[in-house]
Amino acid sequence: MAVLLAPEPPLDAWLVALDAQIARSPAFFEGKPVVLDLTGLPRENPGLAPLIGELRRRNIRLIGTEGAAANWGVAETAGLPALAGAGQGIALAPVSTPAKPPPEPEPRSLLIDSPVRSGQTVAFPEGDVIIVGSVASGAEVIAGGSIHVYGTLRGRAVAGSAGNAKARIFCRKMEAELIAIDGLYRTADDMDRALRGRAVQAWLAGEVMMMAVLD
Amino acid sequence: MARVVVVTSGKGGVGKTTTTAAIGAALAQGGQKVVVVDFDVGLRNLDLIMGAERRVVFDLVNVVQGDAKLAQALVRDKRIETLSLLPASQTRDKDALSAEGVSRVIEELKEKFDWVICDSPAGIEKGAQLAMLHADTAVVVTNPEVSSVRDSDRIIGLLDSKTIRATKGEKVEKHLLITRYDLGRATRGEMLKTEDVIEILSIPLLGIIPESEEVLRASNLGSPVTLSNPDSAPARAYFDAVRRLKGETVAMSVPGEKKGLFGRLFGRRVA
Repeated sequence: MAVLLAPEPPLDAWLVALDAQIARSPAFFEGKPVVLDLTGLPRENPGLAPLIGELRRRNIRLIGTEGAAANWGVAETAGLPALAGAGQGIALAPVSTPAKPPPEPEPRSLLIDSPVRSGQTVAFPEGDVIIVGSVASGAEVIAGGSIHVYGTLRGRAVAGSAGNAKARIFCRKMEAELIAIDGLYRTADDMDRALRGRAVQAWLAGEVMMMAVLD
Repeated sequence: MARVVVVTSGKGGVGKTTTTAAIGAALAQGGQKVVVVDFDVGLRNLDLIMGAERRVVFDLVNVVQGDAKLAQALVRDKRIETLSLLPASQTRDKDALSAEGVSRVIEELKEKFDWVICDSPAGIEKGAQLAMLHADTAVVVTNPEVSSVRDSDRIIGLLDSKTIRATKGEKVEKHLLITRYDLGRATRGEMLKTEDVIEILSIPLLGIIPESEEVLRASNLGSPVTLSNPDSAPARAYFDAVRRLKGETVAMSVPGEKKGLFGRLFGRRVA
């Protein structure tokens, strides 16, 4: 499906509004064909060629125009074909007011397919971290969401770093130096010795950190 | 194509220099052209272990800074013709080395030798990072104790991020060499178990070198242990390690296991 863009003079201000929208939802134009609605532009000297350059610089894929004046030649339309009604029904409202609210950020996770070595820090405030391997003593994993370790957790795991009390920590073998969820932490000394070496999950129940064997 | 090997550990005193000398000599004893390079600028030791300290004229720093030609600085071993030493400077420090200079020296060494074995200084700073920079293969020397294992883990992380191979998206081949393995302390449970060390570091095992008077004696004699006493337990363990380094499959033997009565009986029956 095509998206209809309707530039209005002054074009400088219109481009600023467009940039604001791209900043709000960077993926909005990704891979979408775009038709330019030229009805809002002055009939003389529409200034299309520099505008098209500006749009292409933003990786907007133009496929044609609508509403070009009958007397415009290639110079005015910069060679873009006129497409009658190509973008009908799915027109983007004036750019200053987005047609729909920016989509919710997709749930994201970071997968690490190797051991996390002593001295290394893996930080992923955007979401969950999954580690296929062990986390060494002196290594640190920080996640905005939950942390899953398919190996031995010997270092530090800090989940819910951006203030997420629902985040959890899972590991196949618990030997951690320190674990923390949403700012609440527990050092190895404070952990139940029976959990050592076991598959464990940790979560928050209110203001208390809970830890239990998984299997 | 020459292979560049770094012998590294993070921690000091675990046996890097002894291992560099033993592996270098063992490879050369097999007819390969080998150079051992001391990167421990300011605390040079490899020349002593190799018994070449009285013949050092120029050193790595001189060559890196362009004050001497490589051929002037190389010290040829008196016992094995195909073994050479590029000594470190004792009077300078690690800042005297530059990445460009080291690159130039390593390239030149790769043309002359089959194996370039770099003896890394302890630590994770500039000296250690320059020693590992050009490595194709790393021998990570580890003692079976927690501090050594953690430092080795840190070094493996650096091998995966700071080497030229790593920056090109390639892997440095990494091997674990457990040294100073003491059977008495192992049976009393005073050392980390071999399988625990392997599990923590998760890199393949190249060999286990037993703690031995023989290693100390060889160092004092200024002779790699594979040369001074080729039939000793540590020398045999180094020879096996070298065969594995060359890609051969050699059954792993845990030092001293056959000493016990049961071990002897069992060993014979299996054999």
